[in-house]
Amino acid sequence: MNRLVLNQEGGAGDRAPLDETRAASRFGLIVRRFGQRRLAVAGLAVLVGLFALAFVGPLLSRWSYTSHDFDAFLQGPSATHWFGTTQGGADVFAQTMRGMQKSLIIGLLVALLSTTLAAVVGAFAGYLGGWVDRVLMWFVDLLLVIPSFLILAIMSPAFRGKTWLLFVILLAAFIWMVTARIVRGMTISLREREYVLAARYMGVSTPRIIFRHILPNISSLLIIDATINVSIAIISETGLSYFGFGVQSPEVSLGTLIAAGTNDAVTYPWLFMFAAGLLVLIVLSVNVVGDGLRDAIDPTSKHS
Amino acid sequence: MSRWLPLTKFLLRRLLNSLILVALATSLAYILAGLSLDPRARYEGRNPPPPPAVVDQRLTELNINDKTPILERYATWVGGVARGDFGRTFDGQSVNEEMGRRIAVSLRLLLIGTIVGGVLGVLAGAWGAIRQYRVSDQAMTLLSFAILSTPVFVLAVLLEIVAVGFNDAVGAKVFEYTGEFTPGQQGGFFANFGDRMQHLVLPTLTLVLLQIAIFSRYQRSAMLDVLGSDYVRTAQAKGLRRRRALLKHALRTALIPSATFFAYSFGLLMVGATFTEKIFGWHGMGEWVVDSITSADINAVAAVTCFTGVLVLISGLVADIFYALLDPRVRM
Repeated sequence: MNRLVLNQEGGAGDRAPLDETRAASRFGLIVRRFGQRRLAVAGLAVLVGLFALAFVGPLLSRWSYTSHDFDAFLQGPSATHWFGTTQGGADVFAQTMRGMQKSLIIGLLVALLSTTLAAVVGAFAGYLGGWVDRVLMWFVDLLLVIPSFLILAIMSPAFRGKTWLLFVILLAAFIWMVTARIVRGMTISLREREYVLAARYMGVSTPRIIFRHILPNISSLLIIDATINVSIAIISETGLSYFGFGVQSPEVSLGTLIAAGTNDAVTYPWLFMFAAGLLVLIVLSVNVVGDGLRDAIDPTSKHS
Repeated sequence: MSRWLPLTKFLLRRLLNSLILVALATSLAYILAGLSLDPRARYEGRNPPPPPAVVDQRLTELNINDKTPILERYATWVGGVARGDFGRTFDGQSVNEEMGRRIAVSLRLLLIGTIVGGVLGVLAGAWGAIRQYRVSDQAMTLLSFAILSTPVFVLAVLLEIVAVGFNDAVGAKVFEYTGEFTPGQQGGFFANFGDRMQHLVLPTLTLVLLQIAIFSRYQRSAMLDVLGSDYVRTAQAKGLRRRRALLKHALRTALIPSATFFAYSFGLLMVGATFTEKIFGWHGMGEWVVDSITSADINAVAAVTCFTGVLVLISGLVADIFYALLDPRVRM
């Protein structure tokens, strides 16, 4: 594995000194290449910063997301209320931090769940072929034809009052299909490659071939899709919450906050702009990090 | 001739398969909606509350009475659909008529959004891959990231704010942002056409921007994979001109993942249309998605699901044809 990476590295013309005793690990190479992408590093820094803000920020403010200040209704940002207040006197900063926590966690969990599911289902379907492929892809097609937004909205009364983890699982269950189809397509083309055939003739088991030989070779695609899935997850969550089908009151997410502020976006911009801006910033930095990782993982993408 | 026979068979099999899927999806949506939505509560919530017997009679009349077993209601509904009748809405209107009206409104938005957005997105992505890390690529990547990171409702509201600012600056209503036409608009064909165009710009722009952002991401990454491969280098080395090597050899292969993706982008577009239509006040299918659920209108929910399913089916067929044209292995 290491040798292979080193060879590709040599072919790409961008290379670490060949040190026979201590070959650079694949992970090390990826980290080094990632470090060279300034935009990606900046994105990572922003993301870490936002995470810290979401979880440390509430500790610095004396308002909680449920408390109301009856001396300040609909006031703009000030020293007391950093992001201003709502019509009911709630502190927008505390609400936004709380919503950001929820949206970050939901987005990451959903992306992780759905990409894992997509990789496993797509790779098994593509590698095994035959009836396994037909059944799995038929199921994928069924889920794709079903308008997920509609089904999640229809089912929203069912998970009202239940744990939000149920919402996470439902969201993930409707996001993985496109990735699974693409993974399947790539697996079919990888299936006949020499190294996979060699592994098969040596008697390597099917799961091992899939997890050690096929999935690592489509990791760049999986990473791009995971980032796209994070944005899809967060945008789906906020979208469902926007219409009242997602995260339910008293719990808040960036989606419910934006929905509450949309109508006053022109007259009272702080109700809309902080939540919307932070949401865009989160997904934007996740995407930039994903793209940086893509370039870091795929050595041939460097010269074109 | 015989070369295309397997393709025709392949497409027919896919069509049949898709039809079954649409039927299943619509049935599932009908049953789920029948179980979780509660139209009875809407009648009982009226002031003054109608007598229970009247409510029951009305619900049975519309085939949405929760006292009738769901499978029985489903059978009645399927019988209607088989005759091409999707039943009646909560208010007793014909679902077919309502759907016809709304499809006419939405189709303009969806078609322009797909075609313009898809083509521009593919071109932008391929261009970005060829000029990787140049200023134009960086700018385009950042822009598509920014749009991809913006939920449709934020994007639509931002465009609306910009349009309001522009209108104020110019001192005229250049961009309209409510409805698909001005009610009571007088004048001839051109005045009406102009008025509709003014209303069309903002919602379409919202969807087109979304499509470009998604497609250019996929296309750029697929194109990069292809550009790094040996046969493109060989094509250039054997003396093909750069443009020809890139267009005929690289772009053609790199279009395959995008063709696969095209089939599924329609579902996303439909969700995009939901927000766009809601925010810009278009009474189309997208708006119906939300309104039918909030008003517990079971027959309407099933009709919307069927419409979305058919759209995805058609785009899937188009994607299959692209796929077969691009990848000769599929035809064998």
